[in-house]
Amino acid sequence: MIRFQHVSYAYETEQPVLTDLSFQIAAGEAVGLIGANGAGKSTLMKLLLGLLSGASGEILADGIPVSKENLKEIRKKTGYVLQNSDNQMFMPTVYEDMMFGPLNYMLSREEAEQRVDTVLQKLNMEYLKHRHNHKISGGEKRMAAIATVLAMEPEIILMDEPTSALDPCNRRIVINTIRELSQTKLIASHDLDMILDTCDRVLLLSDGKLAADGPAEEILRDQKLLEEHHLELPLRFS
Amino acid sequence: MNKMNQALRELSAMDTLAAQHSPIHGLNAAAKLICTAAYILIVVSFSKYDFGRLLPMVLWPVLLFQISGIPVRICFYKLRIVLPLVMAVGLFNPLFDRMPLLWIGTVPVSGGVISMLTLMMKGIFCLMASFLLIATTPIDSLAAALRKLHVPSMLVTLLLLTFRYVGVMTEELAIMTDAYHLRAPGQKGIHISAWGSFLGQLLLRSMDRAQELYSSMLLRGYHGHFHYAKWKPFGLIDALYLAASLTLMLLIRIFPVAQMLGALFI
Repeated sequence: MIRFQHVSYAYETEQPVLTDLSFQIAAGEAVGLIGANGAGKSTLMKLLLGLLSGASGEILADGIPVSKENLKEIRKKTGYVLQNSDNQMFMPTVYEDMMFGPLNYMLSREEAEQRVDTVLQKLNMEYLKHRHNHKISGGEKRMAAIATVLAMEPEIILMDEPTSALDPCNRRIVINTIRELSQTKLIASHDLDMILDTCDRVLLLSDGKLAADGPAEEILRDQKLLEEHHLELPLRFS
Repeated sequence: MNKMNQALRELSAMDTLAAQHSPIHGLNAAAKLICTAAYILIVVSFSKYDFGRLLPMVLWPVLLFQISGIPVRICFYKLRIVLPLVMAVGLFNPLFDRMPLLWIGTVPVSGGVISMLTLMMKGIFCLMASFLLIATTPIDSLAAALRKLHVPSMLVTLLLLTFRYVGVMTEELAIMTDAYHLRAPGQKGIHISAWGSFLGQLLLRSMDRAQELYSSMLLRGYHGHFHYAKWKPFGLIDALYLAASLTLMLLIRIFPVAQMLGALFI
């Protein structure tokens, strides 16, 4: 479903952000992407979405090479939840924001509205439908951001720090929501407890290289490995 | 409260006003847009000494304020920054045009005073009409109406994005001024020595955020074309509103309504 084959990328020639990265994620898998600040997590996601170009190697999303010609198709299949929900929600209301994607993909207004209603019902957030984006709480905004992505019915969902700046209750709601999603998921986060709760597998990035790839529980219990790469054990194991 | 935060709240309050329900809010956006444009054109068309004939033009916005349930004071409060500029437009007319045009008792009133008052009234009326349009029509519906009236897509998209990005820039400005004042207690405003770096940072931060927003749009299929609000078909009510509004405006423009009303009582 997602494939990185010998991918290297640098913003400036002397400073590679990703170096010879290779991994594969199967359809339906939930994979956590962990690593210290600057390890290359966000860059990896942006490359997969075609927001950055110029990487060497091969990147495939659902079997389609990430290239300028295929961007439309890839973005239709791939939803991205940004770290800062304020940057994701740019329409006046939650409803209009959720309609934005489906309408751009040429769904009729009726079909798009039906999709929006289905997603809102699934996430138990019908009450937010006509609320103004600037008047909802941080937790609600994060859920709304996830909803805007789900309204596009993507096959792959990428999330960048989905639980950052959330209180424990809203964090739990977001975690439960992520667990219920059946799509292929790639979640970048420093919240290792959340990664344990939502992912079966973990990719550990360090200085742009893949330092570990394996079952979430196994990697996240390995104190030595985590500390070597400037991370700590999840709270429940410490 | 930080002035920028206040500005943001006022900006978002306009969205809230536009989302209310009233007979005016429910009208077709194109009908409202045409009426507003016609009103502004007609107001501007009065000659500079037509103060008496211009005054009844206030009827149209006042009626709309009443029907839409939007208090007039909100309009003047929101426009408090531009109103002084409008008032200042004809301020020097009395100095240049001193020929007496009418007498109130034994007091002569010069053409300059009348033209100053006319210009002020014209400005205020136009602002009131524009405010009414924005306060009763969501920006997306307005954009949809502009497209229906064949305004080029690029201009409409530009208008929409500007509206969105003004909020983004103001938000960044609010965060930066808060951060500044927390480390410069008691200081009024931002010291001139910090203006350069402050503006530079503001630009960079706004560009970063704008880029993030744009990425978010691209990832949801945006390709330079906005899907505007659901188009409300032009119905009988809208036609009646348009006809009634235009008739009222033209009647006031053609006939000296104030004089005729006055004659009824003399």
